[in-house]
Amino acid sequence: MRHGGFAPSRTMLLACAAPAVAFFTAFWLLPAALLMALPARQGWATYAAVLTHGRYLQSLLQTLGLSAVVTLSTLVLGALVGITLARQRFRGQQLLLSLLTLPLSFPGVIVGFFIILLGGRQGVVADLMESLGAGRTTFAYGLAGLFIAYLYFSLPRAIATYTGAARAMDPQLEEAARSLGASRWQVARDVWIPELGPTTLACGAIVFATAMGAFGTAFTLSTKFEVLPITIYNEFTNYANFALAASLSVTLGLITWLVLWMARRASGRAAW
Amino acid sequence: MKTTRQTPWPLLALTGLVTLFLLAPMLLSIMAGLVENYSVGIRSGLTLRWLQEVWDNYGNTVGASLLLALLCVLGNLLIGVPCAYALARSPSRWARLLEELLTLPVAIPGLASALALILLYGTLQGFRQSLAFILVGHMVFTLPFMVRTVASAFQKDELRALEEAARSLGAGFAQRFIGVLVPAVLPAIVAGSLMVFTLSVGEFNLTWMLHTPLTRTLPVGLADSYASMRIEVGSAYTLVFLMVILPVLWGLQAIGSLIEKHHGT
Repeated sequence: MRHGGFAPSRTMLLACAAPAVAFFTAFWLLPAALLMALPARQGWATYAAVLTHGRYLQSLLQTLGLSAVVTLSTLVLGALVGITLARQRFRGQQLLLSLLTLPLSFPGVIVGFFIILLGGRQGVVADLMESLGAGRTTFAYGLAGLFIAYLYFSLPRAIATYTGAARAMDPQLEEAARSLGASRWQVARDVWIPELGPTTLACGAIVFATAMGAFGTAFTLSTKFEVLPITIYNEFTNYANFALAASLSVTLGLITWLVLWMARRASGRAAW
Repeated sequence: MKTTRQTPWPLLALTGLVTLFLLAPMLLSIMAGLVENYSVGIRSGLTLRWLQEVWDNYGNTVGASLLLALLCVLGNLLIGVPCAYALARSPSRWARLLEELLTLPVAIPGLASALALILLYGTLQGFRQSLAFILVGHMVFTLPFMVRTVASAFQKDELRALEEAARSLGAGFAQRFIGVLVPAVLPAIVAGSLMVFTLSVGEFNLTWMLHTPLTRTLPVGLADSYASMRIEVGSAYTLVFLMVILPVLWGLQAIGSLIEKHHGT
């Protein structure tokens, strides 16, 4: 027995967990089991539709590619900005940090709308370009708009994570490295990167998973660049193709879960 | 604290640019919701008429979202806090499995969870068309946040000692739970509740699939206004969302620093 030997009875613990277990079983486990079983009714091949149908495969590859590029860009930018912010001391720093993390609680549709304000037909960039005599350029409704939108909702998480991690680091490590004559690059390579490795893995996994599943943003931008959540939505709502929508959802869910699970195994910490 | 290390200017410039990128759209949107005409800008004068229009068209979505978020918090308090206790005290493998399962709705995209709910319960018309349908979706999605926050507070060693002391004084389980344990983890419970509240108010990916014309929430209304209304109305509506969410976020931050002060190192 641990910790002073006191433990409540098993029955009591079971009774405590029972309501949550019942609720979770009824409204997630059973529905999810049905979702996973549904494609089988139209033949086992339905599970592989994402690989055998050109259109779905393209949507999957586009989503994977976009999410991977967004994740890498977010990690690089987030690390640089997060660490910079952690090493500065200025008035209003805490306020700035909380403003920067505000987008974490925005629904994806708001992020989509923000990109329209920036790069849409009435956007600031269009105004700016026009005043420079370059014509009204819009980027909101294509791949560039999606990329910037995904960056917008991913960066706050990375900045917050790296600021926290950099503040929690032992400054003596860096001082020691410096006093031994290490250059700035050597400090980055030998002190910062190993220290921040697990953080990077965990943060990268959640950014990637969020990007893969982001629906509201792409929905608002109604972009021509199709991502998997939009494909699923269209199959379900416009074509009433439930088995296929279920199959694609299972694929998408499996990918995001697997990425989060592997990152946790490798880094030894939960992603969120 | 003054040190010799200096930040290179390109890093400072980059930080400034990223800050601008994240803050400018918020400011733009706030401004756009308050000006007479967005394409003319501030010069066209300030007005509250777009906010009025939002209130006339979408006022009920604000009420629906607040009600939904409150019920979601309440429901997750009822089932989540006891569950957190069980997970914090049970050494069994089943408890770890349950912990793992509970986080699945966060790990997989909301769209998939929503489809699953519709496939199983979509034909129960009374349920499908009520706010309760969205509520169960929000609850499974937010439950792990409540459970995890509260469970880590229950795990404190001094709490076990406290619980044992209460028991040796003859307090029954219910008495110990309500009288000793819950007050001891109250800051975590409040933090979990605020977290659940913000997540529920901002949830779109599940909600868009689960809603009906009669059960529209704030983000659902936002999506509708972005697609069909002028840019000023969409902006004013976004401003309404900010006004709903900001006080809760500030509360969350305050309680966070309170917990840190009490339990921090």
